[in-house]
Amino acid sequence: MAQGDVGISLEDVSKKYCRRLRTALWYGVKDIAAEFSGRSGFSHRKLRASEFWAVDQVSFQVGVGECVAMIGPNGAGKSTILKMINGLIKPDTGRIVLRGQVGSLIELGTGFNPVLTGRENIYVNASILGLSRNMVDQRLDEILDFAEIGDFIDAPVRSYSSGMTVRLGFSVAAHLRPQVLLIDEVLAVGDVAFKMKCFRHILSLINSGMSVIVVSHNVNLLSRVTDRALVMDGGRLCFDGALSEGSACYQSLVSPRIDETGCVTDKDQARIASVELINDAGDPQQDYWTGDTLRVRMLFTTTECVLGARINVNVDSPIAGLLAGISTPLTNFSFDIKAPSTVVELLLPNLPLLVGNYLLGVTLYGAEPGDFLDRRTPACAFKIIGPKTNSFGFGQSHIFRLEHEWNLAKL
Amino acid sequence: MDAVESVQRDSELPKQRLSESVDVDDTPTWVVYTPESPLRHPVRLLRHMIRDIVSGRELAWRLFVRNVKAQYRQSVLGYAWAFLPPVVTTGVFVFLRSQKVLNFDAPGNYTVYLLVGIVLWQTFVESLNAPLRMVSGSRAMLAKVNFPREALLVTAFSEVVFNLAIRLTLIVAVFIWFQPGLPSTLLLAPLGILALIGLGMSIGVLLVPLGLLYTDVGRGMGLISGFWMFLTPVLYQPPQTWPGNLVLWLNPVSPVLSVCRDWMLLGNTLYFTEFLMVTAVSLLFLLPLGLVMYRLAMPILIERM
Repeated sequence: MAQGDVGISLEDVSKKYCRRLRTALWYGVKDIAAEFSGRSGFSHRKLRASEFWAVDQVSFQVGVGECVAMIGPNGAGKSTILKMINGLIKPDTGRIVLRGQVGSLIELGTGFNPVLTGRENIYVNASILGLSRNMVDQRLDEILDFAEIGDFIDAPVRSYSSGMTVRLGFSVAAHLRPQVLLIDEVLAVGDVAFKMKCFRHILSLINSGMSVIVVSHNVNLLSRVTDRALVMDGGRLCFDGALSEGSACYQSLVSPRIDETGCVTDKDQARIASVELINDAGDPQQDYWTGDTLRVRMLFTTTECVLGARINVNVDSPIAGLLAGISTPLTNFSFDIKAPSTVVELLLPNLPLLVGNYLLGVTLYGAEPGDFLDRRTPACAFKIIGPKTNSFGFGQSHIFRLEHEWNLAKL
Repeated sequence: MDAVESVQRDSELPKQRLSESVDVDDTPTWVVYTPESPLRHPVRLLRHMIRDIVSGRELAWRLFVRNVKAQYRQSVLGYAWAFLPPVVTTGVFVFLRSQKVLNFDAPGNYTVYLLVGIVLWQTFVESLNAPLRMVSGSRAMLAKVNFPREALLVTAFSEVVFNLAIRLTLIVAVFIWFQPGLPSTLLLAPLGILALIGLGMSIGVLLVPLGLLYTDVGRGMGLISGFWMFLTPVLYQPPQTWPGNLVLWLNPVSPVLSVCRDWMLLGNTLYFTEFLMVTAVSLLFLLPLGLVMYRLAMPILIERM
C-alpha cells in the first residue's frame, strides 16, 4: 500500500496490562513519574511482575476509504487496539499513524444526565464528541428524526427506556464526520427496524471514504460491509486476509475444540467415533454453496451391539444459535450399532443455508427413552461460501434461502 | 484533544463538519501515537495544551450548564443550598461568641467579618476539591471518548465561580445591612478571590492523578480541610505573636484569605508581600506543573479506569 493511501497504520504495537489491581495502581504512580521524567519510547518494553501483553506486536494497515472487520474472542485485545487508535491510551511499543481525525461509535450517549431533557442532552453529548452548538442547531431536526422518540425529546432522559436512550445517543454520534471511524458493537441498538436504519447509516459513512475499523462478533453482519478481516487472539494478530477465511479462523477460536467435545458416559457403551463431511468421491469437504448436498458420515463404535439406536442431528449457527434439528425416528430410519463399528450416512440435499459458518451437533441414543449414549456438539463445521448475499440490494440475505414465487394478482 | 499525541501534525485539524457529502479534507493531517513522553517536545506539548484549553471552551460551558441545571432542577431550595452552609456556620459561631464560649476578636462587626471569612474559606475548599471531584465524576466519559480533558478543569473552575457568585449576593445583603462604609480596596477583592481560587485549584489539579488512582486522596482531603479551617484565620484575626503567627507563616491559605478579607472590609492589609509570594508560586509554578502532570498522567489513568 502506498504511503499516501494509508489511513491507519500500526507498526509493532504492543500494550501491557497488569492483572492485580493494587500492583496496577502502584505501576500507575511509577509510570506517571517516568512520564514526567521524559522517558523515551524504549523504556517500557519489559514486563514487570503480574503484567501481560494485552496487545502483542500487532502490525497492520488500513487504506483510505477501506473498511476492515476486527474479530476475535473476548479478551483478544480488540478494544485495547481501538482505545490506542482513539488516543485514549498510549502504546507501550511501536507506533500508530493516522491520517486525520478519529471518531468513534463505541459508547453511545456519553455525558447524558438523567435529569435533563433529551434535547438538552443532545447538546451535551454532541459537545463531548466535538460537535459545536451551531452544527447541532443546523442538524437538530435530522437528529430528532433519526432518533424517532417523538415528544419524549422534551422529557427527562430518566423517563426513557434503555432503547430510547441509546437511539438518541446513536443519532448524535451518527452525525460525526471523522476521517478515521472506529465502530465497536454498536449495532445491538434498539429494535430491528432501528438496527437496520443504523446499519444503513454506517454503510453510508463507510462508503463516504473514511478508513473504518468495525469490531463485532456478528460475522454475518460484517460480511455486508467488508471483505477483509483482522482476527485477534490472545493479544496477537493471528490472521489478516479475506473475511470468509478470517471468519473460519475466528470460529475455530470460539468453538469448543471438536476433538475434545465427546461426552462419553461409559467406555463400554457405543460412542460417536467420528463425524465428517464428505463429497461424492468420499473425500472430506467443508465448503459448500447454497443448494448443494451435504453428506455427513458418522462412525459409531461399540463393544456390545446396540439395538434400535437413534440419532439426533442439530444444525447450529455461532451467530444465530440452533437452526434446525432432525432425528432418525422422524423418518422411521431404524438401525443397530454392531461391534466393532457401524457407519451411518446422512444426506441433506438442496441446502437452504446462505453464506456463513455452521456447525453440526450429533447425539446418539439407545432404544429406550432417556437412553443417552454419546454427544458431540459441535461434531463438525462447514461453510457456505456462495452465492453472495445482499442485504440492501435486491437479493437474498440472512440465514435461509426461501423458496418463493411472485405473481401479479388481479384486483 | 489527543492526550498521547506525540508527533506534530502537518496542519491543525479541520473542525468536524456536518454534511452528508464526503468530508475528508484535502490536506492530510497526520496524528502519530508513540510510547515516548510528550515532555521530550515541550514546545509542542505547550502548544497542544493551549489548543485544547481553547478548543474545549464550548464543551466546558456545556458541562457546566449541565451540572448546574442537574444540581438545582431536582431541588426545592435550589440556589439557597449555595449560601445555607455559610449562613448556618456563621450563625453557630456568632451564637457561641455571644455566649462567651468563644473569645474571638474582630475589627468591626464580627458577623460580617466571620461570614466573609467563611465564604472565602468555602471558596478555597471548593477550588481544592473541584478538580478531583469533576474528573472523578467523568471517569466513564474519559475512558470512552477522546475530548479535550482540560475542559473538565475549566468546568470545575466555572462551578466554583458560580457558587461564589451566589454567595456574594449574600455578602452584598449583609454589607447593606451591617456595614455602612466600604473601603475603596473592595475593587481589588476580585483579584484576591481569583488568587484564592487559583491556589486551591493549583493544589487540587496536582492531586488529581494520585486521587484518581487512590481513593484515599479524596477522603484525606475531606478530613484535612476540616482541620485546616481552624488553622487558618477564618474565625479569628491573624495572630501576630509567636507561636500563633505560625498559622500565617506555614499555612499558604492564611495570607491570601486575609488579604481578600482585608480588601473587602478594612482597606489596608499587613500581608500583601506574603500574598504576592503565595500567588506567584501557585499560579506560576504549581498550576502549570499540575496541568502538565494532568495531561501526561491521563492516558496512564485511563488505562486503569
